[in-house]
Amino acid sequence: MNGFQSAMHPAGVQASELHHLWNIFLCVSIVVYGITLAAVLIAVRRSHRRTEPLADAPSERRATIAVAIGAGMTFVTVLALLVASVATGRTVGTLGRLGTAHLEIDVTGHQWWWEVTYPNSEPDKSIRTANEIHIPVGKPVELRLATRDVIHSLWIPNLHGKRDLIPGRVNKFWIEADRPGVYRGQCAEFCGLQHANMALTVIAESQDAYDRWLEHQRTAAPEPVTDAQRRGRQAFLSLPCVNCHAITGIDAYATAGPDLTHIASRSTLAAGTLINNKGSLSGWVVNPQALKPGSNMPANEMTPQQLNDLVAYLESLQ
Amino acid sequence: MTTECLVSRQQVLLSVACCLLPLFGCRREIRELNPPISSASRPLPVRVSTLQPGPTMGAPAALNNPYEGNAYAISKGQQLFEQYNCSGCHAHGGGGIGPPLMDDKWIYGSSPAQIYLTITEGRPNGMPSFGGHIPAEQVWQLVSYVRSLSGLEPAATVSPRSDEMQARRAEEKK
Amino acid sequence: MTDYAIDERELDATWSPGRGIIGWLSETGHKEIGMRYIVTAMCFFALAGIEAALIRLQLSRPDNTILGPDAYNQIFTMHGTTMMFLFAVPVMEGMGIYLVPLMVGTRNVAFPRLNAFGYYMYLFGGIFIYTMFALGAGADAGWFAYVPLSGPMFAPGKRVDTWANMITFTEVSALVVAVEISVTAFKQRAPGMSLNRIPLFVWAMIVTSFMILFAMPAVMLDTGFLALDRLVATQFFNQSEGGDALLYQHLFWFFGHPEVYIIFIPALGFISAIITTFTGRKPFGYPVMVSSLVFTGFMAFGLWVHHMFATGLPQLGQSFFTAASMMITIPTGVQIFCWIASISLGRLVIRTPVLYVIGFFAVFIIGGLSGVMVASVPLDFQLHDTFFVVAHLHYVLIGGALFPLFGAFHYWFPKWTGRMYSERMGQWAFWLLLIGFNLTFFPMHILGLNGMPRRIYTYGPHMGWTTLNQVASGGAVFIVLSVVCMLANFAISRRRGALAGSNPWNADSLEWATSSPPPSYNFLHLPVVAGPNPIWDAEPDPPVVVGMATGHREVLITKTLDAEVDHREEIPGHSLGPFYLAIAATIALWGAIFFAWWFTIGLCLSGIVLIFWFWPAREQVEVDMLREREEATP
Repeated sequence: MNGFQSAMHPAGVQASELHHLWNIFLCVSIVVYGITLAAVLIAVRRSHRRTEPLADAPSERRATIAVAIGAGMTFVTVLALLVASVATGRTVGTLGRLGTAHLEIDVTGHQWWWEVTYPNSEPDKSIRTANEIHIPVGKPVELRLATRDVIHSLWIPNLHGKRDLIPGRVNKFWIEADRPGVYRGQCAEFCGLQHANMALTVIAESQDAYDRWLEHQRTAAPEPVTDAQRRGRQAFLSLPCVNCHAITGIDAYATAGPDLTHIASRSTLAAGTLINNKGSLSGWVVNPQALKPGSNMPANEMTPQQLNDLVAYLESLQ
Repeated sequence: MTTECLVSRQQVLLSVACCLLPLFGCRREIRELNPPISSASRPLPVRVSTLQPGPTMGAPAALNNPYEGNAYAISKGQQLFEQYNCSGCHAHGGGGIGPPLMDDKWIYGSSPAQIYLTITEGRPNGMPSFGGHIPAEQVWQLVSYVRSLSGLEPAATVSPRSDEMQARRAEEKK
Repeated sequence: MTDYAIDERELDATWSPGRGIIGWLSETGHKEIGMRYIVTAMCFFALAGIEAALIRLQLSRPDNTILGPDAYNQIFTMHGTTMMFLFAVPVMEGMGIYLVPLMVGTRNVAFPRLNAFGYYMYLFGGIFIYTMFALGAGADAGWFAYVPLSGPMFAPGKRVDTWANMITFTEVSALVVAVEISVTAFKQRAPGMSLNRIPLFVWAMIVTSFMILFAMPAVMLDTGFLALDRLVATQFFNQSEGGDALLYQHLFWFFGHPEVYIIFIPALGFISAIITTFTGRKPFGYPVMVSSLVFTGFMAFGLWVHHMFATGLPQLGQSFFTAASMMITIPTGVQIFCWIASISLGRLVIRTPVLYVIGFFAVFIIGGLSGVMVASVPLDFQLHDTFFVVAHLHYVLIGGALFPLFGAFHYWFPKWTGRMYSERMGQWAFWLLLIGFNLTFFPMHILGLNGMPRRIYTYGPHMGWTTLNQVASGGAVFIVLSVVCMLANFAISRRRGALAGSNPWNADSLEWATSSPPPSYNFLHLPVVAGPNPIWDAEPDPPVVVGMATGHREVLITKTLDAEVDHREEIPGHSLGPFYLAIAATIALWGAIFFAWWFTIGLCLSGIVLIFWFWPAREQVEVDMLREREEATP
């Protein structure tokens, strides 16, 4: 097992509470199962060796008492688990921990990628990225979940349980990482053909690193330096790319697909399907359908020169 | 349960018949998820008029809609219609700046090849030329959807509504 | 010839099953219909099993290419849909239809033609969805088909329409069976079989019937709304026009949770029957067992939101459903303790049915405990929609319903066929199932905790899920072998097994008081029940009911509470009406997915068929008028 998408390796406040609750339930379950199965097997063994069924009153009375005790213990156990569950639920669910200056991130689900927006009261300070969330360690973060099409579910098991993204509703829940690390989340509500390939990366980092990342995301796309990158930018603007993708700083404003302003700074492509490197990027740009069949990005015909230039440009968008 | 052998002859014939059913699968339900790459920017020999001189009629179109009668393509076309802002001029088929697409009047022809040309070449008075700006496969999906708006696609392939606000009430049928 | 021999010949002539195609289509005998349910359900079980094998094949390796996303989505949807709607509920219904009239001591169900209609609706529904599946229009939005994914915008074509209308077929069939079982069990019991002497299996079927009556309409409504949204542009689930996507989930799960208890509670009845017989003593704690069944049936309706914990509903309301979901373990737990007490006090004979019962304890309790885990809202946040839930649901459904069902198959096999199955093959099948099942599904608990969501057609090699998936896929081979072994056992034993006699197990319920297989009229003379153990405590020459007509089909109606004799009722024999009515309903529902007016046409045809169905035969009218005149004159 790798621990980067696992409820058993909690790296956040809520996930730790849930892991703790899991341990309680697991221990109780093992004990209950052990006792019950032992009772069954002992009863089977004793009964199998008998020659006549027991029909006397004292045996019946003993059995009645045993059943009553069993029922009583079941009730008490279930009640105890209920109390533990409700208590944990309150701790994990309350938004009251959030002060007024908490960090708020909007996550919008699409078929089959995650749009992530960091809103700000000053519009030019808000950023829009895709399939990657950065959060500072030790601070509560409020995620506001919406969807543009069908029901999805955001699940980052190392940090918290899941919450659905439902059309017409905004679901809010908070997460808090308690140590730095890189974690993987995945869509957990069946949403169509590429539900299997709708993942995202969550990077929990120190406040400084987070601030630097945020500042950098607020900058416009860097100017191309080499000729290939210049030709690549031209290719981007003349090929179908510009009709779906936005890049801040040039004439690309479309919002149908992910924002590519800082695509080279992201660790994965295609919602966690591919590692972000030159080979994957080239293959993805030319024919996404070969890698993620059914996804909404079409194949694009271009000359090999155009492809090389385009990839050179995209790789410069740090 | 009074047959002699394990499986009767009728049961065998029935099973074989059922296994042949997939051969009759309909094109409505086909979903081509990885179609061949093609561009929409090459010039195409399509006749926009039904009139031709001389005694013999040449072939009307050299283009075939691969998605004719395909529900998946029409659904994709419905989403692309919004995404590429066709509704900005054509509304949801009722027209506005652009002509309505729900009616019987087709200035440049209603055959799939003719609509394809209209989209890719553009037309006077405001219809942009999308050729080379969106891939051919998406143009064909739009073609199928636009034809469905005026009832030219089989009813079984068309969805009666989107998940957005509706242009008219359900009881006001076309 | 003695009087009894004449009676036997006349009864046989009156009640015999039909011959030829017309005879088959017009059959209304409950044993024939019940066995048709069971055999058809097992065919669908095999189909769904093939689909499961394909799923496990695809998931056995990361980045596997056996099934693409579209094929995989159709296959897992068809697997769930087939198992839930076309196998699990109908097979329990079939067992009830076959066994309940025998167990209560009557000759047929209360409404024989309605019974046949229910079967045809089920069969045609299954044919409908599988034909469309073969034609490329297999449902692909999951067995639950949440909107908006299943709505008109995101599910093109007729796939989901097929699924939605198929639901109507199977739910009409279930409602029919619910009516049959409850009326038969309440009004047609043998004289002297008061409510507190009914076998526990019959009680389980009564509770199931009431649950069906309240749960099925919710899903018929839900899928009806979905079909309307997709066909005629209604707005039930369109958020932009005032509809609500969550409404779909509420309605679905209001049905969906009782549905799993509808599958589970008959299995509890099987367990009681098997334990009673193989321990040789009356069930321990009969009143408590019945109360637990009834209580479980009621509580099952208060749990549905536990399927929706991740949707963001208010916390306080969700906690109520946590409490209810946990509390429902108490009546089931009490039943388990009572069974342990029964075993402990009795003298256990270990045969294949008993092995399956022990397997039930071993497997179902794990499922119940993982159920308590997912019942907890905060834990469910992590576990919902992961392979942990896949593990849980299979542990409770296979452990809680399939193990008892296979045990019941072995238990009643001598009664159905008159021959004994091979005990050795039975034990092989059991052990293969127990081992294979745990190999397949136990690792899924761990996979879910380690981040593997449900309903994904593939996963990456770096996720670390590969080994456990391989183990799971390997275990599936054992499950297939087990089922093949069991079916082969039945097929061979049907012809070459040792003759069973009427009561090879020395069991105590009334179906064992007649020959194996039972004659078409069930009992030569309807039995009279004098105590809680009708066979074990029977006198040497027990009283029976005499004077029932043998020239036409007649059953004895008794009062509900104490089964005192009330009156005799003539019930119909063969009729083609049910078949024609099912055809008309199929025209309505199958046609409606293409063109809304077919629904109306189909309904009109149904009306015409019903007129002919209820049109009284001339002889019948004359007989009735004669009887009325006799009753009127003092």
